[in-house]
Order: sequence, then C-alpha cells, then structure tokens
Amino acid sequence: MITQIVFWFFAVVLIGSAVMVVSARNPVHSVLFLILAFFNAAGLFLIAGAEFLAMILVIAYVGAVAVLFLFVVMMLDVNFSQLREGLQRYFPVGAAVGLVLFVELALSASAWRIAPNVRDLPHARVPGASSNTEALGELIYTHYVFLFQACGLVLLVAMIGAIVLTLRDRPSAKRQDVAVQHARVPADTLQMMTLGLGESTTGNGGFRRPIGKSAEKPVSRPALVIENSPDREG
Amino acid sequence: MQHFFLDTTLGLIILTVLEALAMLVPLLVGVAYLTYAERKVLAAIQLRKGPNTVGPFGLLQAFADAIKMITKETIIPSGANRALFLLAPVLTFGLAMMAWAVIPTNNHWAVADINVGILYLFAISSLGVYGILIAGWASNSKYAFMGGLRSAAQMVSYEVSIGLVMVSVLLAVGSLNLNDIVLAQRHVWFALPMFPMFVVFFISALAETNRAPFDLPEGESELVAGFFVEYSSLSFGLFFLGEYANMFLMSGMTTILFLGGWLPPVGIAPFTWIPGPIWFIAKILFVLFVFIWVRGTFPRYRYDQLMRLGWKVFLPFSLLWMVLTAGFLMATGLLPHSGS
Repeated sequence: MITQIVFWFFAVVLIGSAVMVVSARNPVHSVLFLILAFFNAAGLFLIAGAEFLAMILVIAYVGAVAVLFLFVVMMLDVNFSQLREGLQRYFPVGAAVGLVLFVELALSASAWRIAPNVRDLPHARVPGASSNTEALGELIYTHYVFLFQACGLVLLVAMIGAIVLTLRDRPSAKRQDVAVQHARVPADTLQMMTLGLGESTTGNGGFRRPIGKSAEKPVSRPALVIENSPDREG
Repeated sequence: MQHFFLDTTLGLIILTVLEALAMLVPLLVGVAYLTYAERKVLAAIQLRKGPNTVGPFGLLQAFADAIKMITKETIIPSGANRALFLLAPVLTFGLAMMAWAVIPTNNHWAVADINVGILYLFAISSLGVYGILIAGWASNSKYAFMGGLRSAAQMVSYEVSIGLVMVSVLLAVGSLNLNDIVLAQRHVWFALPMFPMFVVFFISALAETNRAPFDLPEGESELVAGFFVEYSSLSFGLFFLGEYANMFLMSGMTTILFLGGWLPPVGIAPFTWIPGPIWFIAKILFVLFVFIWVRGTFPRYRYDQLMRLGWKVFLPFSLLWMVLTAGFLMATGLLPHSGS
C-alpha cells in the first residue's frame, strides 16, 4: 500500500516537473525542475529495488552534471521576451515534429515484445549476489568489461576534446609556480648592507637582488630603492 | 502487544519518526553548543575569554542568540526571486538533516541501515551545493552571486577527491554499508594504514563545509558575507544551522570511514565498558575540535590556490592511492569478497 502511494507520488511529481522543465518561463526554474525530475526518478529506482542506480543517478546527474548546467544557465544573459517572440510562428512545425515522434514512440511501444526466454539467459543472472551493487559489479567487471572500458574511453576522449577546444594559453595570465616559490631562500632576494648614520643606499646603487642566484628572472631595475627623503634626514 | 503494534505499517512509521527525532534533537542541541564551543576555543587560541555572560560560563549564549535571531524581521530584497530565496535555506537545512538517516551510532543503530549507505551520504552531501547556488542567484546581488559561484566550483571540485578517498576505503571494506565499514575496522582503524587518505579526506571535508581556511564563499573581506549576504532572521538561522549540522555530518563521516565509528580504540576491558554511542560522539567532538583549531590557526586560501590544491594535488594523489590500495589488496590476497 505504502509502496503504491509513494510510487504514484514520485511518478506524478516526475511527470509534472518534466512538463515544467519545458514550459517554465525562466531557464533557471527549468533547470531546477529538471533536478526535481532527476530526484524523483531516483525515487522510482529505489522503489524498483535498484538502490545503486538511484544513488548513482543522484550523485552523477544531480550532484555534478546539473550543478554545471545551473552554473551556465545562471550566467547566461537571456532576453526572455525576445526568446518568446517566434513561438507563434514556429509552433506548427514544433507540434508536427512532436506529433511524429509521439506516434513513432507509440508504435514502437505497442510492438514491444519481451523475448520469451530472456529470464533464462545466462548473462543476466548473477548467482550468489546479495545486493544489486554486487550483481552489477560482478557483471560489469567480468562479462561486460570490454564494453565498460570502451565507455570509459569514449568519455575520456570527450573530456580531452573539451579541454583541447577550450584551453587557451594566454601569455599574459599570471601563474603561480609553487616549486619556484618554495625554492626561494633569503639569500636570493635579500642583501644585507651596513650603512653609516645618515647615509643612503642610493649612493651605493640602491638595494639590488643578487643577480644570477635568484630562481626567478633577473630584474633589470633595482628591486627596492629607499629614497633619500628630507624627513628621514631630520 | 508492543510487538504487534510495531509490525503494522503505522507502527513502523511512528517508530521511524521517533528514531529520527532521537537522532535530530541531540544534533540540533549539539549545533547550538558547537557555536558556543567554537567561540570558546577560538577565544582560548586568541587569549580572550569568549562568551561568559549569559548563564554560567556563558552556556546559554547560543540560545540567547537563537532567540534574538528568531525575533528579527525577515527581509526579502525587492529584486529577489521570492520562492527560490526562501527555498534555499530550507533546502540547506533539510539536506543537512536528511543525511543523518543512515549514520550508525552503534552496531545496527541507524534509522535506515541501507546497503548503499555511503553512496547515500555522498549523494546528499553533493546536493548541499544547491542551497548555496540558489541562494546566491535568488538574492539578486552581485556579492551573493559571486559567493554562490565560488562555492559551487569549490564543492564540486573537492567532492571528486572525497569520492576517490571513499573508493579506497570501500576497496578495503568490500561493502557500501556504513555498518560494515565500521565493523571492518575492528582490528585497526583505517586512519593508520590509510593515513594520507585520512588527511586528504579531512582537508576536503573542510572545503566541502566551506570552513576556514577554505571559507572563500563567505570571504567577508571581499564578498561581505558571500551567498547569505541578503539573508536575515530565521532564513539566515536555517543556513547557519545547516552549515553547522554539515560540520557534524562531515565529522561523523570522518569518524565512520577512518576512526572506527563506535568502536573503542582497543577491544580490551576498560575501553569496552564505555558504550558505543559515547565513543562515537567523543570521536565526532574530537574531529570538530580540529575543525575549530584549523580555523583559529590557518589564514584563508587564495581562490586559485584552492582550485590548484583540489585538482592538481588531491585528485592525482588520491587516484594514485586508490590504485596502490587495490594493487596491495590484490597482491596480498586480502581483497574482501562479497558478504565478508
């Protein structure tokens, strides 16, 4: 009884938020409804007994993908009224495409047959697995290991592709090199000078970084020059 | 008769609600005293006295602050998105409470002792970023928005290393159940053989809870107060409670993953006399003390250094450690098998 109530609750909220994703006026609201939809889908997975998939859905989609989504949408500067302008004009085309898709979906769903002996196939059976995490692990890392690794490779290629497309090495960018900073010692940057009373360093050419010792590029001008200012004299 | 009652659905629901209350009420009282403890410990570090006026030793200070906060006016900025502005603190607080459903305080003492407990914790803690991001956006203020963005990037980055650290621990446990994770530490706490991962996890926990030295989302010197700049009264209070409850949660996770949960340090007589929950609470309090100690000791990180630490140091290191752990377990034949 409880299961059914919970199922209908999740299902109704899922469908409702999915509708809101496409109909919400504000794109940020759309993304938030999308997140709600993911969350309810995870709830449905839980009811179906697929607790591992439910958690992975929340972690991967809600916890990582949708955050970046929200991030991007929040930064977008969209003019909503301009976005809505073409709605009247494009509505018939959109409706036609939607109708075709819906009919195709309905056709394929009505023609769907589950293979009669699918439950007896050896691949789908994991003997002795007590939880579905174990069952998934035993299948993925034994029978489907090559497909699984191929998926990983595809993702890796996509990731490298994204980095290659977006990485610009600007020479003006300031970079911190921690190794160089750690390698600095006082002798590289400080010079002790013994000066008599009232004498200034400018007479000796000012303070300089000892050239050559420093791990950084040598500085052409004096790093620090103490001016012989009148109020110091007094 | 009691047994009959508990077998019915209604009885089960009532029992679960009571269990949740038994978990959350001490937690909220603990949050109140954590703020007091934080002020006292920071004061001691800075050679001050800290709160000492309200009640004996200032013990009622937290409640005085709470009453003050509740009686203030809730101000919603005119440019704000009202619904989301109010949703954000509720979300933060609710998620911080939700996670406690799976935390075991003793052998099989959890509201929900589920198979994928550690994944549940990871999922809930990864949702925490939404409260902050929504708050930053809905406030319609540039400081709040900057804080929200910083926080989102920071939490997503450090989640990656937290996830990899968890995988290393799970390799040694062979189960995703939190109860099993604690029981796997009967002989030695994971903090010893996996000491580097313990440190990485603790630092990532600091970043995940937006605590010093990673409190850039709040960064009062440049962002006023970051994402909750526009919040006041109870909506601010909920954020505050949620953040401190998250600190408790991360300490609890550190305790469960590395410090042996409710188990005593050694399983011999004088230590085993003390019941499990007390060990568990004592360990959580110790980790929380370190949280505060770090805040009193370290200066704030710069943002690019924070990102560098997360992606270029912790991520490769925890990945390498995971491979090492798997290799070691495989080579020595210690790899736990299902059900053990």
